Amino acid sequence: MARITAGIASSHVPAIGAAFDLGRTQEPAWKPVFDGYEWVKEFQRREEPDVVILCYNDHASAMMLDVVPTFAIGCAEEFAPADEGWGARPVPMVMGDPVLAGHLAEQLVIDDFDMTLMNHMDVDHGLTVPLSLMFGKVEEWPVRVIPLAVNVTQFPTPSAERCWQLGVAIADAVQSYPAGLNVQIWGTGGMSHQLQGPRAGLINPEFDNAFLDKLSNRTDELRKITRLEFLRESGSEGIELIMWLIMRGALGERVDELHRFYHVPASNTAVGHIVLRPTR
Amino acid sequence: MRTRLYSLEELNDIPGTTVFNARRSRQAYHLHKFCMSLMDAANREEFRKDERAYLDRFRMSEEQKQAVLSRDFNQLIELGGNIYFLVKLSNTDGWSAQKAVGSMTGMTPDEYAAMMRAGGRPIKGNRSIRGKN
Repeated sequence: MARITAGIASSHVPAIGAAFDLGRTQEPAWKPVFDGYEWVKEFQRREEPDVVILCYNDHASAMMLDVVPTFAIGCAEEFAPADEGWGARPVPMVMGDPVLAGHLAEQLVIDDFDMTLMNHMDVDHGLTVPLSLMFGKVEEWPVRVIPLAVNVTQFPTPSAERCWQLGVAIADAVQSYPAGLNVQIWGTGGMSHQLQGPRAGLINPEFDNAFLDKLSNRTDELRKITRLEFLRESGSEGIELIMWLIMRGALGERVDELHRFYHVPASNTAVGHIVLRPTR
Repeated sequence: MRTRLYSLEELNDIPGTTVFNARRSRQAYHLHKFCMSLMDAANREEFRKDERAYLDRFRMSEEQKQAVLSRDFNQLIELGGNIYFLVKLSNTDGWSAQKAVGSMTGMTPDEYAAMMRAGGRPIKGNRSIRGKN
């Protein structure tokens, strides 16, 4: 049977991708950011996950114009890195797992989550930057990826509680999958940042650190955060943090925190990263 | 009537912030269609050759076209735009996301970059128009 063995969260700032691709990771402005991900790369070499269920948001690259899915799951064999206006990132093709994705889609809809199924889409920095951070520069990604895109752009996004419940349903669906797979679930985006208007540049380290503190074993408080509170306290784009709660919901009641990193800034954004393991 | 945790009017109480919703998404549909067209290198080339002529292929309002031509991101957001679409334009221009975002704050790129290096814009005083906190 398949098992979720770890949950990983990370910001997915596009400028991190640009710095990575242009070989600027050792420059003074970027070194502290990339140093924060050395631990996880070593962790991944030991863990050797088979599949990652990767919760991210599409930044108006494959959706959001003609269709605005609240939750969309990628069912294709492969997903190409998107051209976001300056050419596609020079990173490997992202290989999917259509059989597991099909199983998840089936189980989740039966469990009352009205998923949108994506049979073709490109994936943008929201998905590929976390892959670069967790695995470094590679010829091919060492995992299959099931993209799970969440609308965090157009109000109303799903609620924190709804994201949590989706995570719980994902855990059940993975558990009922017969193949013995080592599965990780990732929540990406955040932490506090605002990319629009006169309040742009907002960073709220108190909110971010409280969120990180509560993510292990005080999750009841996080599930009650309203959309309004996210927008107000963590900035108009900080609401991406709801995707961390899908990841956390899939890990069960108790977890052990294995690693944590927080840094301000990367471009416009507070960078947060955490690695959690379900307590046995 | 169903109860709600808060009135949606509250969303207008966040200083310097425009919450992107279904109505705005529709208002900016053709503007956003233009932005997404810039995900293709050949289209970027066409746009660079004659911006006005390229914009005229889209059913955008004249105000939206003018705001694109002057790279007025605050105005583009006022006219329904959302930053994730709009960065396709600033990326086409070779701007960093920080330059595009900073352009909406009334600060110079250097001032904005310095603010971010120093920890960003503080939340204190930026939570609520009504609460002045």
